[in-house]
Amino acid sequence: MPIRRREFLKLSGAAALSALPRFARAADVASIYDLERFGNARILHLTDTHAQLKPVYFREPSVNIGLGAMAGQPPHLVGKAFLDRFGIKPDSADAYAFTCVDFEKSAPRFGKLGGFAHLKTLIDRLRGDVGEARTLLLDGGDLWQGTGLANAMQGADMVEAANLLGIEAMTGHWEFTYGEAALRANLAGFKGEFLAQNVFLTEEAAFNDAKAFDPASGRVFKPATIKELGGYRVAVIGQAFPYVPVAHPKRFTPDWTFGIHDDELSTLVNDLRAREKVDAVILLSHNGMDVDLKLAGRITGIDVILGGHTHDAVPQPVPVKNVGGTTLVTNAGSNGKFLGVLDLELGKGKVSGVRYRLLPVFSELLKPDPAMTALIDRLREPHAAWFDKIATTDRLLYRRGNFSGPMDQLICDALRSELDAEIALSPGFRWGTTALAGQALTMEDVLGETAITYPETYVQSMTGAEIKAVLEDVCDNLFNPDPYYQQGGDMVRTGGLSYVCAPAEGMGKRISELRLDSGRPIEAGKRYKVAGWASMNAQAGKPVWDVFANHLRAGTTPRAHGSGVTLKGIDGNPGIVGQG
Amino acid sequence: MTFSFERFSATRRLILQGAGSVALAGLGNLIALPALAAANDKYPEDAFKQKGDKDAIQALYGRSAEASDKVKLDAPEIAENGAVVPISVTTTLENVTSISFLVSGNPNALAASYQIPEGTLPVVANRLKMQQTSNVIAIVEAGGKLYSATKEVKVTVGGCGG
Repeated sequence: MPIRRREFLKLSGAAALSALPRFARAADVASIYDLERFGNARILHLTDTHAQLKPVYFREPSVNIGLGAMAGQPPHLVGKAFLDRFGIKPDSADAYAFTCVDFEKSAPRFGKLGGFAHLKTLIDRLRGDVGEARTLLLDGGDLWQGTGLANAMQGADMVEAANLLGIEAMTGHWEFTYGEAALRANLAGFKGEFLAQNVFLTEEAAFNDAKAFDPASGRVFKPATIKELGGYRVAVIGQAFPYVPVAHPKRFTPDWTFGIHDDELSTLVNDLRAREKVDAVILLSHNGMDVDLKLAGRITGIDVILGGHTHDAVPQPVPVKNVGGTTLVTNAGSNGKFLGVLDLELGKGKVSGVRYRLLPVFSELLKPDPAMTALIDRLREPHAAWFDKIATTDRLLYRRGNFSGPMDQLICDALRSELDAEIALSPGFRWGTTALAGQALTMEDVLGETAITYPETYVQSMTGAEIKAVLEDVCDNLFNPDPYYQQGGDMVRTGGLSYVCAPAEGMGKRISELRLDSGRPIEAGKRYKVAGWASMNAQAGKPVWDVFANHLRAGTTPRAHGSGVTLKGIDGNPGIVGQG
Repeated sequence: MTFSFERFSATRRLILQGAGSVALAGLGNLIALPALAAANDKYPEDAFKQKGDKDAIQALYGRSAEASDKVKLDAPEIAENGAVVPISVTTTLENVTSISFLVSGNPNALAASYQIPEGTLPVVANRLKMQQTSNVIAIVEAGGKLYSATKEVKVTVGGCGG
């Protein structure tokens, strides 16, 4: 579409000039990917692509609340507060990529972001600019999960894509939910290295001689790798998601124990510096940004934490002081929308200069790489039946946000009506793409919101007290004042149920005034019929994607309801659109 | 998401069984010295009956403990399984005579107490069964004084992560 493209170029050029002068310097409209040379090494960072091989729409959150010391600090800024903080011009391509501001207006103008064929073009160019031998491509995990294709192939499709893209090291989160056998089979085909300093054999597994990278320490995977970049030695340490067996069914990883493991990490960093004489230490982390910010203040010797998990697209690194110096913390968004570019001036035993950019991957500005396009076509071809339209949405559908989003409301509607339940609960995942009003929805789209290895639905009887306990528990995972006690992810979504939430309160005191849609209060001792999916316990119900698709096929008009959540005690918090 | 609302009921016996089985796996040397422990003390029944951590410490030792950074308690921030929470304690304190573990939020706070014979490295690993999120306290008795380290361990129904 030439008209749209021209408009895009004009606008993005303007944005490059005035909005983010630090990142995009040239006046030339074609130049947003022409980066000024800096330093002597370049590390490219992808994270949380969630297997989105094709470009996507993805609306950034309008609610991402930070409390206490995190209030109003990146990444807990949304909307206009985010634009102001980072000097991004409203109405610009960057505003569209980084925030929810004017999303519906901007999406048709600036188009989809990401896509592996587009990423391939951009990555090759950025590596070519400084010379292959001086660059490194890292992936922070959640690479293998998020689409029907990845789920059907247990991530093998993404291993092929990662190899063609040239990923040299990665760590993991959802990768573990395919189980050890599938994970090891994938890693056997992966040309890069899988790094995780914080995954250990359980005592029982160690006793039974389960496979480990290092039986002495019990580490299941290689913790770190050292890469030569332009004559300097750069250590990359992998930090997998610390709470895999807590956030997902334990049956996928029965032999492995996770955790943050500060002390082991600190020992590893010191060892790499003292014995391996590395010049720089990078932590490739799937901790989530709040956890990384805390960790950066406790551990010395890490130059940069390249972070993921919480899907925060943060344009500038956050410097964190610790007793040994300063560690920079980044988070590089999700779904292939962004590519982190870390240019380093390496010296003997130290990093003397850093320049970081988080580049939006505008698919309309990048020519898709032919080889990657062919690979994606070949991988998707057996699933052509998923590409047929099953419904057309009459409204914007998105998921991301602390409490709710229209996509999950629709899934809750589906659960309630298809499974005949008065209440629905749906997990607060942060992956899952956005559909624009008027857009056709296909089975591929449905799977893109639901494709996990434990998709079975359930219907169960729960007391009001049990329902409240679940809400309190998940809410504490999100709002515990200490990031080390947070798991990431967002609040469980509810259908047929409204409540008041006071995020700043303590565990057990955040949730109140639970009511059914009818307005009747939910009683602690009374039983309710609750439908849901993504259970930690094995369930036997139909996969949620069939429930969701059946509901869409039936063409029922979505229920007219809001999020069902009333927030209390956080006035002025700039993690909510329209506040701060 | 998951919903499991079972509360464990038999408290003291289960906790002690759990402690014993771990001691077998990790600390056979302590178990091999039952005569010494038996000679020193009888089973501290009253301490194991106390509800709260402070009362249990008082019943066990007859005094209270002071926090010390020389007691290093290793415990997860979030338990992968509340029924078996692995913890361990090490210390640089001299003349350690006993090490005890308490779970503030359990129906009976005292989970295990170990006599440390002279010349033994003061390192104990244990598994705790925890009913709910609460503080875990390690007490080290050294040179006739009590020192402690405390860490909150979260017990969650889990799920719903992103």
